[in-house]
Amino acid sequence: MTTTTKMIGQAIKRREDPKLITGQGQFLDDVKLTGMLHAVVVRSPYAHATIKGIDASKALALPGVVAVFTGEDMSDINPLPCAWAAGKVDNNLNTPRALAVGKAMHVGDGVALVVAEDRYIARDAADLVEVDYEPLAVVVDAKKATEPGAPQLHENAPSNIVMDWECGDREKTDAAIAAAEVTVREQIVNQRLIPTPMETRGSVARYEPATGEFTVWMTSQAPHVMRLLLAAFVFGIPETSVRCISPNIGGGFGQKIFVYADMAFTMWAARKLGRPVKFVEDRAENYQSSTHGRDHITDVEIAGTRDGRITGLRIDTLANLGGYLSTIAPGIPTTLYGRITTGVYKIPAAHCRVRGVYTNTAMVDAYRGAGRPEASYLIERMVDRFAAEIGMDPAEVRRRNFIPPEDFPYSNGMGLLPYDSGNYGPALDRALQIVGYDALRAEQAEARKQGRYLGIGLSSYVEICGVAPSAWIGLPGEGWGAGLWESANVRVHLTGKVVVTTGSLPHGQGLETTFAQIVADELGVPYDDVVVEWGDTSGTPFGFGTYGSRSLAVGGTAIVKTVAKVREKAKLLAAHMLEARVEDIVWEDGKAFVKGSPDQVKTLGDIALQAAVAYSLPEGMEPSLDETTYYDPPNCTFPFGTHVAVVDIDADTGAVSLRRYVAVDDVGTVINPLIVDGQLHGGIAQGVAQALTEGAIYDDDGQLVTGSLLEYAVPKASLFPQFETDRTVTRSPVNPLGVKGAGEAGTIASAQAVMNAVIDALQPFGVKHLQMPATSERVWNAMHGGTRGARS
Amino acid sequence: MITTEFSYQKAGSVDEALRLLAAAPDSALLAGGHSLIPSMKLRVTAASALVDISGVAALKGVSRAGDTFRIGASTTHRDVAESADLRSGSPLLAEVAGVIGDPAVRNRGTIGGSLAHADPAADYPAAIIALGAQIEVAGTSGSRTIAADDFFTGTFETAVAAGEMITAVTVPAATGVAYEKFVHPASGYAVVGVAAVVTVAGGTISSLRVGVTGAGPQALRLTGLESALAGKTADDATLRSACSGLVAAGDLVGDHQASAAYRASLVDTLARRAIARAAARG
Repeated sequence: MTTTTKMIGQAIKRREDPKLITGQGQFLDDVKLTGMLHAVVVRSPYAHATIKGIDASKALALPGVVAVFTGEDMSDINPLPCAWAAGKVDNNLNTPRALAVGKAMHVGDGVALVVAEDRYIARDAADLVEVDYEPLAVVVDAKKATEPGAPQLHENAPSNIVMDWECGDREKTDAAIAAAEVTVREQIVNQRLIPTPMETRGSVARYEPATGEFTVWMTSQAPHVMRLLLAAFVFGIPETSVRCISPNIGGGFGQKIFVYADMAFTMWAARKLGRPVKFVEDRAENYQSSTHGRDHITDVEIAGTRDGRITGLRIDTLANLGGYLSTIAPGIPTTLYGRITTGVYKIPAAHCRVRGVYTNTAMVDAYRGAGRPEASYLIERMVDRFAAEIGMDPAEVRRRNFIPPEDFPYSNGMGLLPYDSGNYGPALDRALQIVGYDALRAEQAEARKQGRYLGIGLSSYVEICGVAPSAWIGLPGEGWGAGLWESANVRVHLTGKVVVTTGSLPHGQGLETTFAQIVADELGVPYDDVVVEWGDTSGTPFGFGTYGSRSLAVGGTAIVKTVAKVREKAKLLAAHMLEARVEDIVWEDGKAFVKGSPDQVKTLGDIALQAAVAYSLPEGMEPSLDETTYYDPPNCTFPFGTHVAVVDIDADTGAVSLRRYVAVDDVGTVINPLIVDGQLHGGIAQGVAQALTEGAIYDDDGQLVTGSLLEYAVPKASLFPQFETDRTVTRSPVNPLGVKGAGEAGTIASAQAVMNAVIDALQPFGVKHLQMPATSERVWNAMHGGTRGARS
Repeated sequence: MITTEFSYQKAGSVDEALRLLAAAPDSALLAGGHSLIPSMKLRVTAASALVDISGVAALKGVSRAGDTFRIGASTTHRDVAESADLRSGSPLLAEVAGVIGDPAVRNRGTIGGSLAHADPAADYPAAIIALGAQIEVAGTSGSRTIAADDFFTGTFETAVAAGEMITAVTVPAATGVAYEKFVHPASGYAVVGVAAVVTVAGGTISSLRVGVTGAGPQALRLTGLESALAGKTADDATLRSACSGLVAAGDLVGDHQASAAYRASLVDTLARRAIARAAARG
């Protein structure tokens, strides 16, 4: 028998790309239905205001306008649900409605909906809707919102607190810090970011009066979850009455996980008017009213010994969650942040308190990394602060505190399932070797004598992928209270072609390619014979979608398990066809043959045909090769690695230039190195941008100053050097492929590598910490003894 | 991002453009459209009639007459950047054009459109001032020329009168030139940009003009610095001492990206660098 080339590990190009890069993709705005109407939202120009009245008469008089609706009109549907409250504590929940009723909570809050025959008329009519607002006092900063005298946003949330949550051991941590040789305290801000997918969000809803069924096209990373939330929670109708379809998605970065007002109001309006309704937000609307990410203010204290042992970590975080709660907002700064704040270190005593806060800003929810970038930024900044305090090289401090390889599986005491596997030293050593660490330190010392400022920054990180296990996330105490299992169906057509349907929802991750590579190997069929389908709740088994770097570890494993079922059934049938005992059947390269008699063989196609025609099946066997698996993993996976950034600072202007970026990641088994590198490159770019350029700014009136791409600095290619990537491979014991996940690792690792480098460069100026982004002016101020981290 | 309703007409000549412009109230000229159209989409600008001049052949291209270069108003940034005549005889405009925006903007945007728009952070104004360019404008009552020093009158305001249009820009030959730009990380505009045109004779500066964009409410010229350096050598110590406190922060603009004080420091640094580089070529 010839052995075909294994596909797993091959750096093949993504099969989904030719369509997408030649304009052949079908995105939400490509959905055009007969009789379709267009909706435009009238949005609040005020960050906090009472809506005293809405006069739509002038808008309704414009030819082509079909209707204008207000929040009151839609009072027969429920507010959007918050599906992930923080676990084991009270949550003062306030969620948005399809349109605001009575009060607008942030600039861009929807207050009326204009529906017209075309988008142009609807847009013109929106300007004609007269809304009588009474502006109220505004607060945009999470710390100020909790102070006495701050405007109160919601009656059920005193001091604007959503919830007060904690993890770890408070008493032990207080004692460790009180007894420590060295303590370092800092206030660290993880600034608000705007995810900025290239495609903005939107919905198209169609209603069939005869059957009472909705079809909703949506820019969603999780259409099955949307169907559940919209049917059961918002509309109170059976799930069977709603079909959700995600067409091609132009990037999501988390912003497209959630249930949004437009899904509800297009459905409501389509039912009301008996015609399909489309809504597509523009960039300004995306910036003002789709979700943002991060926005933490943290008081943190790290304790240790003079010889570099970390003995305690105490964290108190205010998480700005915006004017209302988005779908999983409270879960991000608690479960996905607090529980991983100890990072790659064996810290004997740690405690993390998190308070969620309402402010007059856009909702904050998961953004690429979702909690883990905030956690790894915090611990990695503090490890550098601690190293500087005791005068030890930051690489050495990291090495001395790494969780040793023999401690895995490792429980960090913060309420996670144990870290699955890890070996942190080799990734650090490899990164230092690639970057030439010792030579760079020598160059740095020499440069400083000449008035040139070079900085080297390290980031050793660990993160949580495959957030799914019912054994953790499904526990009632964790807030979400349900397993986030994933599904797969694999069927072999009678021609031998293999069709895989997945509950995952690829939107840039290359899953079509990766999944096909896995199936090709697991089933032994040609890669080109495998087709991967997703995105339509009518055509795929229920799945929880793509986010949290979960689609390979959870969705991919569901596929592996399904293929195994197909293979076992094929072997049973082959044994029957070959009149052999199944124990004697060998499966290789998509063929079944009798052990020792390779000429007695049946191909997958032969077997699939027999299974389909079904006239000679073994006793009790069902026709067809078609299997489904619902996979609930026993644990998450924990990728890790070390990144190193090297920066040069222009002494005259404070401009930071990123000279080199080395990333050594361990994402477990690599299915497609090209895709893994691509995911890391994009992730690193977003993290570097947080460190150097990005940051959403609201002024004191709650106006979004960075309301367009002219002001909000997403990274350009010119910001980056060629990334130097390498990897170590530590298999995950959690799943049969040994994979961990790579979608968010780059973002989780990179911001602190760059900030540590910037602050390292500024050591001669006595700078101990600087808030992100390290804009030229902020660095220039720091060099000139100016206000630390002030933003002009 | 949808504009209000407007009419559109394409002009075949300067005269026709002027006539169409005068025929409708709230009319505007459409050149490359890379500032006007976004502004209309944001409904910051509402023009009810657009007169497209991109098809007027007479407004396109670079020509040379002796030591004077004439750039038609509809010449794209890309064509300015790639002009062999400019690159050899008066490279400043070409170099500035090459750092405007991105390739898409440079392929569509025009020099006349940019100057007429007079964005205080645009790149051309610094160069126009440093070169002492002349801006030719045409109106229904005839043509006239405006000197660069008189051209910019305020934020998004110029000396071009209602009913007039820019037809060309003329600049002298100059090789001792440089443009230093501190790029806004989001917009790509100049946080501060400084252009210098220097002639060095016998080791000392015999002529100098310095234009600044981005820093203030409108582009400005550093005449004090020009006089201070006249007859001096362009060595580092001299330039450092001269390029210090060039502009008062109180006269500059500040925003979340760069305060007025920071912009003032950038003017000093970029002026020094631009003059040093220009002097080395001139």
